[in-house]
Amino acid sequence: MTSDNIILETRNITKFFPPNIYANYKINFNLKEGEIHALLGENGAGKTTLMRILFGELTPDEGEIYIKGKKARIKSPRDAISYKIWMVHQHFRLVENLTVTENIALGLANKIIHPEKEVESKIKEIMETYELRVDINAKIWQLSTGEKQRVEILKALYAGSKILILDEPTSVLTPLERERFFKVLKKLKENRTSIIFITHKLDEAMKSDRITVLRKGKLIATVYPYEIDKNELVKMMIGKNISFLTTKNKRSISNKKVLNVKNLWVLGDRGVYAVQGATFELKEGEILGIAGVAGNGQKELAEAIVGLRPISKGEIYICEKNITNKPTRFIYDNGVAFIPEDRIGTGVIIDLSVIDNFILKTYYLPEYTKHKIFIQYNKFLNTFNDAVKKYGIIVPNPYFPVKTLSGGNIQKLILARELSKKHKLIIALHPTYGLDVATTNAVRKTLLEESMRGTSILLISEDLEEIFLLSDKIAVMYRGKIVGVFEKEKADLHTIGLLMAGEEIRGA
Amino acid sequence: MRIRIRKRVVESKRKIILIKIIAVLSALLADAIIFLFMNVDPLRAYYEILRAAFLTEYGLTETIVKFIPLALISFGLMVVFKAQTWNIGAEGQLLMGAIVTTWVALNLGFLPSYIIIPLMYFSGFIAGLSWALIPSFLKIKLHVNEVLTTFMMNLIAQKILEYFVYGPWRDPHGWGFPQTAMFPENARLPILPGTRIHYTTLLLALATCFILYVLIWKTTIGYEIKVVGGNIEAARYAGINIAKIVFLTMIISGGLAGLAGVGEVGGIKFRLNPNVSPGYGYTGIVIAWLGGLNPLGVAIAAFLYSGLLVGGDALQVAMRLPQATINIFNGSILFFILAFDFFTRYEIKLER
Ligand SMILES: Nc1ncnc2c1ncn2[C@@H]1O[C@H](COP(=O)(O)OP(=O)(O)OP(=O)(O)O)[C@@H](O)[C@H]1O
Ligand SMILES: [Mg+2]
Repeated sequence: MTSDNIILETRNITKFFPPNIYANYKINFNLKEGEIHALLGENGAGKTTLMRILFGELTPDEGEIYIKGKKARIKSPRDAISYKIWMVHQHFRLVENLTVTENIALGLANKIIHPEKEVESKIKEIMETYELRVDINAKIWQLSTGEKQRVEILKALYAGSKILILDEPTSVLTPLERERFFKVLKKLKENRTSIIFITHKLDEAMKSDRITVLRKGKLIATVYPYEIDKNELVKMMIGKNISFLTTKNKRSISNKKVLNVKNLWVLGDRGVYAVQGATFELKEGEILGIAGVAGNGQKELAEAIVGLRPISKGEIYICEKNITNKPTRFIYDNGVAFIPEDRIGTGVIIDLSVIDNFILKTYYLPEYTKHKIFIQYNKFLNTFNDAVKKYGIIVPNPYFPVKTLSGGNIQKLILARELSKKHKLIIALHPTYGLDVATTNAVRKTLLEESMRGTSILLISEDLEEIFLLSDKIAVMYRGKIVGVFEKEKADLHTIGLLMAGEEIRGA
Repeated sequence: MRIRIRKRVVESKRKIILIKIIAVLSALLADAIIFLFMNVDPLRAYYEILRAAFLTEYGLTETIVKFIPLALISFGLMVVFKAQTWNIGAEGQLLMGAIVTTWVALNLGFLPSYIIIPLMYFSGFIAGLSWALIPSFLKIKLHVNEVLTTFMMNLIAQKILEYFVYGPWRDPHGWGFPQTAMFPENARLPILPGTRIHYTTLLLALATCFILYVLIWKTTIGYEIKVVGGNIEAARYAGINIAKIVFLTMIISGGLAGLAGVGEVGGIKFRLNPNVSPGYGYTGIVIAWLGGLNPLGVAIAAFLYSGLLVGGDALQVAMRLPQATINIFNGSILFFILAFDFFTRYEIKLER
């Protein structure tokens, strides 16, 4: 191997965040031309920080970046783009009300008047070459997450990028979309594009050409997948072995109904019924997994249960109590926890402190207030410190603003908040989204422990592995309808997959 | 070369204060040029402003006189802005406070002052609050944008005021001026001797500062205000009653503006006329922002800005400058501070 096929290299990159975090410490990383390079590491290990430095969004305190062996001066994304580097962020930065073409033209087209015209033909060409198909006249809000991601990649290719950085590209994708995504990566590789992608999924890392592992801001190693196995990777990431949850013990479930949903009809944002006559029940301590491709009414179902979305028809009971169209606060007070899908948009208030976000669901409870008026922050500190320890949230102090937390740490904070209290029912949408392997494992264990203690869990996820691992019963949702409910033992991946895709199965 | 604007992730306190100081210095520099054009020595002009506003006894008391209404109004606006609700109607709420207080003072003058004065404060507060009620209902029930409604309510209040002072309430012995009769002695707010400071209103303003500090940082309501203002989706998700918060913050700001109105008619003019407020309700908007939407900051901003108003007036007299110069002076100070305020939230970089 000669060093001349190294397209990008960093030397001693260091980035310090006050008061005490070295997000990156003396990082020597390199990327070969035309390789797919996986970046692995715990939540808060500094992956996003390193990538943002490469893209010029952050300036390192120390260290240099070399492109094709020459020292590069990257002070801003614009510099990075001139070196043909592009980064697709975890939270897409597209303008929802503009079309695909307009979004790509934004800031990249040279003509000021009608830039889309110029862009269109070129986009079509790129779409053909890389099989990156989207409706270019659709508005962004009409697209699925997978499609939005394709737009982001199109934009990168349109800008002529040869080094593509993708921050957790697969966390948001359905299994099918994920397969398509890797096909696109292959195509890109064939065209000599070099790719760095951040992931928490070991399988995906093993499919790449090389893997770099970061831990607590330091680069631990860069390895080839064939010289290593998954356990060794985990050990490199977290510094020790962990025992993975592989199966769950079968246990008897009581007959007490905790959640009873009867013929539920709920309107979606676009004025059509997103949930169409859903009927199911959940017993004490039972975990019901709802499988389905995103956008088939799962989110609306969850929101209707917790009172965030009006119910047009049908009823919902929690332990015999009718909660149909009751206020959200009332439903929470009846023992329901809710882990939302959109963590930045719904789950946290980004400008408030970590502790202020932690108390979002409990600040008003008599045990934490004086005369129901004054919040007693000191009474939260114990639970808060326990939660920080239990979930390994990296935060210097409780009064730190949430906006500086890493993606995974924000998700941990939401989980810690929702799970720190005893509940009758937990509704969890993609609970392990964006979490590292160890934390994913810990969260799954916590959910199982909760169910052992009698909490019922409605688990909504596209991750079939997770659904099969945790659920007692599995339901499939397709176009607003529950198209099948199976005991876990009687369910198989193939049937579930077919149902998710809308095939009719006899006897389901 | 290209300019890039980026939102700052973490604003360091020291930097923010530094930027504000630079803003004031740049404003002074710009105004110095204007003064030079008018053949006025800028250093003398600035000294005159400083002296007139803060260094003479009379000036200082006058600064406090202006501070009272500005502080009350901007404290209220601070609360409502924190909830991302845009009450532009403090001016109208002030006027309504003044109108209702005038009615009380002129019609219930037979009451002893220890009854009528609290009654004036109370009715002024309620009047300002009620004037904020209409836009609040429209916003909550019909989703009507409060910026428009609160602003229009200002115009209506001004017309109502004019109706009364030109019509039924006009003082028959007032040589035809559009103004009411003087308030009876017992319906006048107590004044610090030798000044125009109606200290009961001043005390109310200072108490408000403290109460709002506690409200925002220590109470459940304050927490809900911050959540609603920070992320309305999160507020919904947490089950916070958003309508309640909008309503509450609107009426707090309305009521406080109403109190400012009480002070102006009951403690300064002792009668109602069309010039009760020189636009305090609008100036308050700016002060609430300058003060960084926190009680102490707003108090300081209100005090300094009051000084600027007083100093400007004095300058006009001392240096025989036209009123327009003073307006330019005040305006440019504001312009620079607001422009630089942008830099505290965004960073701008020049790129090759
Ligand atoms: N602007 C900032 N100010 C202070 N600390 C920051 C800032 N940005 C990041 N950090 C801290 O730097 C550390 C690394 O963050 P980074 O986002 O790079 O992690 P990550 O490896 O991408 O994690 P995740 O898998 O959770 O996304 C975190 O502890 C984070 O809190
Ligand atoms: Mg990250």
